[in-house]
Amino acid sequence: MPSRRERRHLIDILQDVQESEGYLSRESLLEVSHFLGIPPSIVWSVATFYNQFRFTPAGRNHIRVCMGTACHMAGGQLVLEAVARELKLEIGATSDDGEYSLARVACIGCCAMAPVMTIGDKVYPKMSPPAVEEVLVRIKPSDKGDKCDH
Amino acid sequence: MTIKDLYQKARIKWSILYEGDVIHILIGTATCGRAAGSMAVLEEFKRCISNMDVPVSISEVGCMGLCSYEPLVIIIKPGNVAICYHHINEQTVPQLVERYIKNDDPCLELALGTVVGGGGEPVHIPELELFSYQQRLLMRNCGYNSPLEIDHYIACGGYSGLARALRSNPAEIIGEVEKSCLRGRGGAGYPAADKLRHCYMAPGDTKYVVCNADEGDPGAFMDRLLLESDPHSVLEGMAIAGYAIGAERGFIYVREEYPLAIHRLQTALAQAVEKGVLGTDVLGSGYKFDIEIVRGAGAFISGEETATIAAIEGRRSWPRHRPPYPSQYGLWGRPTLVNNVKTLAFFPLIISKGGDWFASIGNGKDTGTVLFALAGKLVNTGLVEVPAGTKLSTIIFDIGGGIRSGKQFKAVQIGGPSGGCLPQSLLDTQVDFDSLRQAGAIMGSGGIIVMDEDNCMVDTARYFLDFCSKESCGKCTPCRDGIHQMLGILEDFTTGQGDLSELDKLERMAEDMKQTSLCGLGKMAPNPVLTTLRYFRDEYIAHLVEKRCPARVCKELTAYYILPQKCYRGCDHCVLACPAEAIYGDDNGLKVIDQAKCTKCGSCELVCPPEYNAVVRLSPVSLVPPERRSKTSL
Repeated sequence: MPSRRERRHLIDILQDVQESEGYLSRESLLEVSHFLGIPPSIVWSVATFYNQFRFTPAGRNHIRVCMGTACHMAGGQLVLEAVARELKLEIGATSDDGEYSLARVACIGCCAMAPVMTIGDKVYPKMSPPAVEEVLVRIKPSDKGDKCDH
Repeated sequence: MTIKDLYQKARIKWSILYEGDVIHILIGTATCGRAAGSMAVLEEFKRCISNMDVPVSISEVGCMGLCSYEPLVIIIKPGNVAICYHHINEQTVPQLVERYIKNDDPCLELALGTVVGGGGEPVHIPELELFSYQQRLLMRNCGYNSPLEIDHYIACGGYSGLARALRSNPAEIIGEVEKSCLRGRGGAGYPAADKLRHCYMAPGDTKYVVCNADEGDPGAFMDRLLLESDPHSVLEGMAIAGYAIGAERGFIYVREEYPLAIHRLQTALAQAVEKGVLGTDVLGSGYKFDIEIVRGAGAFISGEETATIAAIEGRRSWPRHRPPYPSQYGLWGRPTLVNNVKTLAFFPLIISKGGDWFASIGNGKDTGTVLFALAGKLVNTGLVEVPAGTKLSTIIFDIGGGIRSGKQFKAVQIGGPSGGCLPQSLLDTQVDFDSLRQAGAIMGSGGIIVMDEDNCMVDTARYFLDFCSKESCGKCTPCRDGIHQMLGILEDFTTGQGDLSELDKLERMAEDMKQTSLCGLGKMAPNPVLTTLRYFRDEYIAHLVEKRCPARVCKELTAYYILPQKCYRGCDHCVLACPAEAIYGDDNGLKVIDQAKCTKCGSCELVCPPEYNAVVRLSPVSLVPPERRSKTSL
């Protein structure tokens, strides 16, 4: 494999770092800057420009709700709000126990199944607030009790 | 090895699978198929056939574009026609295996139709009327050939266009593309031959080909489908383009949101190099062409050609002023051909079948076929390929099957955040670059989203501006600040603030942005606002004057209400579903929504059993009877 010690591989390297570590830490950004011999400010500038990069660890269940046009028309916003409400999470945040994180994504190209969300690599089609609840109950390990107090 | 040798070898493999003695099961495992559960179907098939003694082969294939029928399975049984099955799941797989694969009952109740074509001829299902309006050139192999097997592509005539190109000189190739009158499919519609010629004529020994697969338009997925279903057609197109302009290296810039497309491209690329159709000695001709895959990192702006180049160079994908155009000064300052996935995938066809053949398809103004991703409130969603110049109404009603659940058509949005919303009266518009632009929309990359009476046009305009404001790169002021200001005004409208004078302000700002923004993102971002103002002004007026959202979408202008005459006292569905605990029973056990507590999440409407259908949305909110607005008012 040819050396990746070139400026043009910066994004590529950042992607690999994020893939193995889950996010870009200050230390790894500095290390990348050192490896490529470019100022940390440039590494930081590129990393913060792209939506893919995150600077805090993602949860073990990283939930992305699609906000593409088709999903928006079919109620994607309600799905996003439902996830945020169920998990008591803000968009872009990770839960304190590191179990969940929530993000909005522009479009994952599954428009015919709108609205969709993904957890890890799995795509959940045709979501709605009640469906979100069902999916989350399935992946939630323990605390089922507190929902059934009606 | 020559293409002839490769073809003969590939043909043998193909005929065993598709025309031979084995039972061949094709499972659509593109992203949309996977979302519908096709990987579980694949596993179940593997399990069910593991103990059979007759030879059965399973191939993962791409997508036929019939997203609303996924998961799709095609079974080719020797001596029978190929049959396509729809909505297959783990429960129906054992049935298919038991009844059709082991016995002779073709399970017609699960079938969608027979599959005709293949081997280079466009694959289609004659029983489905929606195919009769289509002409599938780019999609000819999609959903039938395995994207993971280069031999399937070669056996269907693949790489013969490249072989032919290598026997001609660059001028002849460009001449053929010129005859085809192909216009770039990335959105702007620039003549493909001109771009090739500019790159060819540009001085310098080092040149590059860039395939732009940064399909950022929300609602568009044509490029994804093509890369996942028939990646070799794109690689072949790149090699032809490279040979024509004198480039030895190509780059495919793919969105990271498309992991499967990237994976299938990587597989295809490795196979192409191994077979010698790419690499140091392309098809034994001495021509050298290498392709590298570059992953995008999630930025809509990366689709703009100068921004794509910046991203490949490892920089912030900021666009820059043009000229100089990339064909003069592109990647690392070298002449660079930047083309969309679909444009490149057309090259092999144009070279092998001729430019005149290509030019004979279409409406005279535009040639060839156009791919559209159909989404929204249609019966049949998915991907379609129609001759350029097909009427919008044909695409929406004849192919798309019209609006789901008997609702009224309201608008069609074409071209994503840079496009426009067209009303019913413009459905006779033909889909070619100029007709669409005249109507106020653009071809864009080809996303069509159909909206019905339940979609608010003001909210739609707001949605697209919101999208653009998040994706604006921030380099030029008109786009960075202009979109933000326009968005603020529209947010006011959707929450019942603002007045009529602001409509003019919106139009003025839109005009300024069009004139002064640096790149297409800012220039086109006002389009959704301008077209909705032009064709759906009454909805804006309803929001501003009556504080009413006609589609009952804008939350602040809409209330959820339970009709007491329809509500059933013994049913508690809405009460249990309400996350805000805003629903309670009145003295008669009929449900009431406390408007102060309601978060308008819509759960009650979704769970109310269809036999009651008691939850409705009202706009303006004053329509809710005062005595049923809260617990205290009872």
